Amino acid sequence: MRKNPGPFYSSPVAIWISSFFLIPLGIIFTYSFMRKGLYGGVVPGFCLDAYSALSNITFLKITASTLYIALFSTLAIIVLAIPSAYFMARSRHKSFFLFLVIIPFWTNFLIRIYAWIAILGNNGFLNSMLISSGLFSHHVQFLYNKYAVILVTAYTYLPFAILPLYSTIEKFDFSLLEAAQDLGATKWQALRKVLFPNIRGGITTAILFTFIPAFGSYAIPQILGGSDSLMIGNVIARELTVTRNWPLASSISVVLTILTTLGVVFFMKLNQNASGSVRRIATAEKGVNA
Amino acid sequence: MNGSTVRLVNISKSFGDFNVIKNVSFNINKGEFFSLLGPSGCGKTTLLRIIAGFEDPTGGAVYLDGINVVPNPPHKRHVNTVFQNYALFPHLTVFENVAFPLRLKKISESQIRKDVAEYLELVRLPAEMSKFPAQLSGGQKQRVAIARALINKPKVLLLDEPLSALDAKLRQHMLIELDAIHDKVGITFIYVTHDQQEALSVSDRVAVMNQGLVLQIGSPVEIYEAPADSFVARFIGETNYLRGKVVSLIDQENAVAEMEGIGKINIYLDKAVKVGDSVLLTVRPEKIHITTEKPTHFSEGFNIFDGFVDEIIYTGFQSKFFIKTADSFTFKVFKQHVKFFTDERSINWKDKVFLWWNPKDGFIVEVESA
Repeated sequence: MRKNPGPFYSSPVAIWISSFFLIPLGIIFTYSFMRKGLYGGVVPGFCLDAYSALSNITFLKITASTLYIALFSTLAIIVLAIPSAYFMARSRHKSFFLFLVIIPFWTNFLIRIYAWIAILGNNGFLNSMLISSGLFSHHVQFLYNKYAVILVTAYTYLPFAILPLYSTIEKFDFSLLEAAQDLGATKWQALRKVLFPNIRGGITTAILFTFIPAFGSYAIPQILGGSDSLMIGNVIARELTVTRNWPLASSISVVLTILTTLGVVFFMKLNQNASGSVRRIATAEKGVNA
Repeated sequence: MNGSTVRLVNISKSFGDFNVIKNVSFNINKGEFFSLLGPSGCGKTTLLRIIAGFEDPTGGAVYLDGINVVPNPPHKRHVNTVFQNYALFPHLTVFENVAFPLRLKKISESQIRKDVAEYLELVRLPAEMSKFPAQLSGGQKQRVAIARALINKPKVLLLDEPLSALDAKLRQHMLIELDAIHDKVGITFIYVTHDQQEALSVSDRVAVMNQGLVLQIGSPVEIYEAPADSFVARFIGETNYLRGKVVSLIDQENAVAEMEGIGKINIYLDKAVKVGDSVLLTVRPEKIHITTEKPTHFSEGFNIFDGFVDEIIYTGFQSKFFIKTADSFTFKVFKQHVKFFTDERSINWKDKVFLWWNPKDGFIVEVESA
């Protein structure tokens, strides 16, 4: 009998994950309980200074606004992505539309963010259009607020929602919508009662794929945000590079990671219950009839 | 429950340049079991989808009890469909699938429970109500689909090749059950199929379609015994084609024709012909008698030929004999394995045999004037 080759084959992944994910995470966790060095770095020894700083009202406000921006962007993305993915899946030119969704990945993420400055800036494309058309006499301030951040976050992560939704909707049997309408449902009722429950998995993936990166966003608020759109990611970067309070940067990272993980677990649980409820209703009904 | 009359008037449908349905009109009676029979691509499913409201006809009208329903969306027609692939909602249990139309109508929970139980009883599936569609067999899914389509008390039930995904045995069984359900609910059934056996065995009337046209509408007996044209004859069952010319008329109903590869035969005139007309005659293989001895006494006017057995195909309940005549015309003859006379020999390959048939069993399906 040969030994199970599984552990051998999975060892590259195991080594990769532990050296570049688990160990750094452990380092950050350890740093968050240390004292800060005078010029950055950490001084060995246990203390909870970094965590007590988190109860600061400014930090709580930033957390709230980060949550707001991330949730709002995710909502906008899902609302846009479901119809897009539905349209793509029912189109005769599926591969062409998939290609269009993937095109943005050919250009660097940062360059695409700067491109938005060219569009939304005071001397940007949109403002020159508005002024030359005579609608406005002065330029409008589009940039450096939370709406610019939400817009560009939604733009950046939209493909991450469209792709999983597309792959779920593509597998959906569209004759079920006809069946629903045949049985008395309007078009909208058919979508709500038949399509949505059957693509639940795709919606969950799309939300996770967009909310997690949006919540940990750094570059977008850094480049396009203002004082109202400071996000946790920016605070971490500032503590690490400007203020040079590494334990604080680490403790914020730990909190961010825990918050995200809790959010994901809670969301998955919620989702599981929703799909399990049908089963429970049915079982209950059987009991009543028996 | 009460069925509706369905009247199709000048229905046509094109997809681009392709005319799927060409100016079709016919009536379906209240409570009738009506079949649309034809090969794939003949337009029968499109016609069904037009009645259901999933397709708009390019021209024409669909009247349910005298009211044109073409402008109505599918959910506003008293018509329900049993889909070919069942189209059960995978996220709902059997109970919830059947309850789906009732929940849309906001009917009370107790009424829903009562109705669902009643209809699951009708399709004999009450024990499976908490299962999900993925846990059911093909036949069970079909029953759920039927219960779900009937619970709305439609006036017309449309069935789109409902048995095509089932195996042969189960198909026979479900067919009998469908017939029983039809008798019980008494509404109009419109049944689309490409399987002539299915159509013949349960329908009150059958419409045979090909290339967007309805070629013949009639009872199963009419369709089989008196096909309107060569397509219908070929599509329903198997048949022999005899081509030839009318040489003389005996009386109003009988004539003599010279057939290619056979010679002179008596033909029965179900269509008017003149001397010199070219005719295409069909004779069903089971209507031709085959014996090894020349029959000594049979009715006057019967046609009789001899030939030798070219091939025998054994199919269990009967054998198919291919008999070649002296002029190398091949007759197809079906015979069951029954021996009525003690001296009757079984027929073997290369045997010389006699074929005889009543001219009244032949049908003229095409006449070409000279």
